[in-house]
Amino acid sequence: MEALVLFDTLKGKFGDAVVELQGEGCTPAFVVVASASVKEIARFLRDDPALSFDSLMCLSGVDYKEKFAVAYHLYSMKHRHAIGMKAFLPRETPSLPTVDDVWPAANFHEREAFDLFGIVFEGSKDLRRILLPEDWEGHPLRKDYKYPDFYHGIKV
Amino acid sequence: MSPDPAHGTPPGTPAAPPAHGSALSPGLGPEAHVMVGNADLFVNWARKSSLWYLLFATACCGIELMQAGASRYDLDRFGAVFRATPRQSDLMLVAGTITHKMADRVKRLYEQMPEPKYVIAMGSCANTGGPFYKDSYCVVKGVDLLIPVDVYIPGCPPRPEALIDGIMSLQKIIMRKKNFGAKA
Repeated sequence: MEALVLFDTLKGKFGDAVVELQGEGCTPAFVVVASASVKEIARFLRDDPALSFDSLMCLSGVDYKEKFAVAYHLYSMKHRHAIGMKAFLPRETPSLPTVDDVWPAANFHEREAFDLFGIVFEGSKDLRRILLPEDWEGHPLRKDYKYPDFYHGIKV
Repeated sequence: MSPDPAHGTPPGTPAAPPAHGSALSPGLGPEAHVMVGNADLFVNWARKSSLWYLLFATACCGIELMQAGASRYDLDRFGAVFRATPRQSDLMLVAGTITHKMADRVKRLYEQMPEPKYVIAMGSCANTGGPFYKDSYCVVKGVDLLIPVDVYIPGCPPRPEALIDGIMSLQKIIMRKKNFGAKA
């Protein structure tokens, strides 16, 4: 399905929660959505027979300095089409609903985004650090991250 | 020892003159029984000839370590065989990047090894942090910040020949050790 057609479908169904289409003509184009509606839109993208995005290829956190974003790369095994979905978050309270009950694969990716960016996924079944030690302070891929001098007595 | 213990000469009967050697060591020359030497030499020779190393590969250096242990380079001919537990190991080959999360485990594994124990830092990451030296929050900048290191092997990763050279250097170090009397 063409990205523009898909965008119009989403816009017709979710209205203002679907903001704009970015990078049209790129692979994949990105549908920017409101962060609070991520879960409903994700469920629609997965369950609608014409879309059936059954595979969450990747979920990444992004730091744009003045705001965060979470990017979802979706793919449909049935229709062999792909789309991106992006939600922007305010820097002060970076949180949005989890999609790990829509695509179970989301859990590890959400944990990574939480670990390295501090983005909170509300309602997640298991939101812990995944790469860094449990007692690590801060989220290292944030642009304003300050390296600690020592960790457990070892110079960093 | 009698040359044939199962059918030895009964006590009291005069022993037949042995075919070879002396009365002290029938059947063998006297040199087979007495070896004059240095106890350090013997102990060190035994230690350097059975350097069992801990299977401890955290990154791509581990692939070279596996090659060195396999048939083409064959570390076994130095008496170096891998052990899957620190309690049976003499040598810790740190093959790969050590992160801060791993650092506690490295220390614990080293402490679980029985004395005498040796450490070889294999490759740039274990030596200094390697490519992660400049700008990394998660990599330990050299395993010598955690445990004492005997031999450093440069390379990214070192070839098996370099690893074998490192093990031979460690063997030379072991042969210089003093185990008895006044410590050198």
